[in-house]
Amino acid sequence: MSAKASNDNLTQNLLQRAAPSRAEFEDLVIVPIFAVIVALAVGALVMLATAVDLPTIGRSYIALLQGSVGSLNALSETLTAAAPLVLAGLGLALGFRAGLFNIGAEGQIVIGGLAAVIVGFSFAGLPWFVHLPLALIAGALAGALYASIAGWLRAATGAHEVISTIMLNLISYRILDYVLRQPFIQREGRADPISRSVLDSAELPQLLAWIDPNLRVHAGILVVIAAVVVVHWILFRTKIGFEFRASGKNLDAARYAGMRASFTIVAAMASAGALAGLAGANQVLGVLDRASPGFSAGIGFDAISVALLGRSHPVGVLFAGLLFGALKTGGRQMQVDAGVSVDLIGIIQALIIVFIAAPLLVRAIFPWGFRKPQTEPNE
Amino acid sequence: MDVELRGITKRFGPIVANAEIDLDIRAGEVLGLLGENGAGKSTLMNVLCGLYTPDEGNIIIDGKPVTFDGPGAAIAAGIGMVHQHFMLVPVFTVAENAILGIEPTKQVDYLDLAAARQQVNEIGDRYGLQVDPDARIEDLPVGTQQRVEIIKVLVRSADVLILDEPTAVLTPQEVEEFFGIVRSLRDAGKAIVFITHKLDEILEISDRITVLRGGRVTGYGDPKTLTEQRLAEMMVGRPVRFDVDKAPYNPGDLLLEVRDLTVLRANDEIAADHVSLEVRSGEIVGIAGVQGNGQSALIEAITGLHRPVDGTIIFDGQDITNVSVRARHAMGMAHIPEDRQRTGIIGDFTVAENMALNSYYDERYAKGMSIVWPAVATHAADYVADFDVRTPSVHAKASQLSGGNQQKLVVARELSRDTKLLIAAQPTRGLDVGSVEYIHGRVVAARDEGDGVLIMSSELDEILALSDRILVMFKGRIVAEFDASKQPVDRNAVGLAMAGSAPRAAA
Ligand SMILES: Nc1ncnc2c1ncn2[C@@H]1O[C@H](COP(=O)(O)OP(=O)(O)OP(=O)(O)O)[C@@H](O)[C@H]1O
Ligand SMILES: [Mg+2]
Repeated sequence: MSAKASNDNLTQNLLQRAAPSRAEFEDLVIVPIFAVIVALAVGALVMLATAVDLPTIGRSYIALLQGSVGSLNALSETLTAAAPLVLAGLGLALGFRAGLFNIGAEGQIVIGGLAAVIVGFSFAGLPWFVHLPLALIAGALAGALYASIAGWLRAATGAHEVISTIMLNLISYRILDYVLRQPFIQREGRADPISRSVLDSAELPQLLAWIDPNLRVHAGILVVIAAVVVVHWILFRTKIGFEFRASGKNLDAARYAGMRASFTIVAAMASAGALAGLAGANQVLGVLDRASPGFSAGIGFDAISVALLGRSHPVGVLFAGLLFGALKTGGRQMQVDAGVSVDLIGIIQALIIVFIAAPLLVRAIFPWGFRKPQTEPNE
Repeated sequence: MDVELRGITKRFGPIVANAEIDLDIRAGEVLGLLGENGAGKSTLMNVLCGLYTPDEGNIIIDGKPVTFDGPGAAIAAGIGMVHQHFMLVPVFTVAENAILGIEPTKQVDYLDLAAARQQVNEIGDRYGLQVDPDARIEDLPVGTQQRVEIIKVLVRSADVLILDEPTAVLTPQEVEEFFGIVRSLRDAGKAIVFITHKLDEILEISDRITVLRGGRVTGYGDPKTLTEQRLAEMMVGRPVRFDVDKAPYNPGDLLLEVRDLTVLRANDEIAADHVSLEVRSGEIVGIAGVQGNGQSALIEAITGLHRPVDGTIIFDGQDITNVSVRARHAMGMAHIPEDRQRTGIIGDFTVAENMALNSYYDERYAKGMSIVWPAVATHAADYVADFDVRTPSVHAKASQLSGGNQQKLVVARELSRDTKLLIAAQPTRGLDVGSVEYIHGRVVAARDEGDGVLIMSSELDEILALSDRILVMFKGRIVAEFDASKQPVDRNAVGLAMAGSAPRAAA
């Protein structure tokens, strides 16, 4: 064989991908599944400890299942609850990939939602295909701008984003209170702070109203799917995504490679804010119809768990968001059917996170689920 | 304490890093372990110190088979390792680092630092390893940090010491001191395994030599009778040339001009003090100097990573003093950074991603907003084959390459771009002799094609072999210049200038 041919052969071999290893599969699939199972089991123990009898525990888990996926209505509720979690979670995941620990999704949801409401009740007479996108874009833009304040502070002064985004969350609540009392925003004839209603032309239409008008699932779910695809593309296919990931993994090497650290920080924060703002817009245009104090309902904080559980991967975030949406809707059913407090759902969510974050613990509990192929050093 | 390794096999998925290796380590002896980049030296030693569990084979200590389920067990059995990349806590003192994990305590978990200090001093006196126990690691030169790593192992009363490329970061003087320490340890009855790519060192210090290639033992040697030539051949399987062929010196236009450049360190000390230098196209300029005399700061300023406080940098006729790193890249500057792990590669990225790390936006790889990954992969495969980077696939993670192959990855990336000026800091740190030969060949080829090259190395031999002109830096200033284009430069004269003796006129 000539030297050239053997060289071609070598490069062909080099281009081959190793089959996804068993370890990766365990990490991405088995650990999360087991984590959920252990969390449910510990949840049952907690109920036992609070003097709930065994039949009630059984009934409450059945209710959890039925309430989340047991009927068309349950599915519709699960999707409705999951949509904003996934959107905000995608934003946070993007930030995590870039090495930014953004706690500010909550505030960005507030500001984004507010902007979307204002656009949504103004501009009467616009056709829906102009008005709705306009309202969504307003939400994304406002969220992006609000988040870039923290990005800019970090890039220009080194102020850590964890602190500044927490502050911005608190500030956003006060902005909301203030704006909701402004005469052209507050609903006529109301003394409490509540905004006018979004016009029909800016509403995210219900998708299954033709089956039953009570099915709340709305077109926001399409926005979610588009967002998953776009974020995946940005992170893994574009130049800016490469810069995000490089800065997140090794800031020094990224700097040596000529990537602009401050630009990356601001861009990543802005993209994260845009997605959180979209989550806010999704809520006001699809579910709530108006803005009122506290309309963000802690979604921005749950989204942190969603992003972590989804391993900051767009597809992972989608599944994690669906799981958390299901727990939320199922939890309501659980309370109704079995009289168990919804706080239990909070406990279960927290336990899932704990077990996901401690894969070694899960491995220790379920040794038979895992092989021990070694590419990582012993502890 | 004697240790025998019998039939050790270690696989990483399809890769066999060690195949049925037998190795004898004896008390009161220095065993030199030699082998190409990726031959499996670090892996084998990681098996011995409990970091990896072997797939097959036994570790036998004084006749009894043992198994280690972690480094703790190996340490308890008396085996300690100083790793290729240091593992110290920079903000802790020497004493605090030495006792990390085995802290002596009094009542109520009160940390007994006095006892720790005393231990450090005792060990220092016994083996000639004096270090101030209260000095903070980040304030110490690399050579001293190395001592702390050794003290750390000795505090755990190890009888077997594994030293993985300990001299790669040391200056020649530090190497001499280091050998003194190794000898006193050996004479105290410790067993020592010493890994290096420097053949003169291994011949000087070891009592026996074992050579690995492709994960297997391929030869044994007696340092008293072997030559460097023969050793190199045993290692890479073919004769290796140590000298470099260069076309006659024929410098072209001025390419890089640095005038009165002053650079500060983070603590506002002066790192480079009114440095001026020139690089023409078609010439190699070498910067010699003991580490810590401002060379790194100078290079970071030229490559745009560090803003100078004073002075100008002119590249290819343009003032680039305040131009971004990216713009300098685009103008044709290539940079091999000094510290591959911290600044050269991203361990969690694939080999292909690392190959595109600073050129993902150019026309080879990008189309509009997106990166064309198949193009990245095919280019990467070509460069990997060219530079003989040992990896199973370009989709493997860079962190899974051996130390030397990570270095080759960085060099391949920088030399495969179309550039005008190559700035190389320690370009062959941790490379085996065969790879050094190849890289030197590529650097000289770039020069012969008309590129300018600025090389900084603590390896005086490398500077002498490659450079057309040699500058010596001492305490932030250029204190001497030697013309190496016609006849070889006197090694001692350069050495003296490096040590700060009165500057001499060019030879
Ligand atoms: N964690 C890992 N996962 C997969 N492959 C690995 C891993 N660690 C090492 N390898 C592979 O095992 C082989 C031996 O690597 P090792 O680090 O032992 O080489 P080495 O002899 O120390 O080389 P160098 O002189 O360059 O440091 C290499 O091919 C390397 O790619
Ligand atoms: Mg090694």
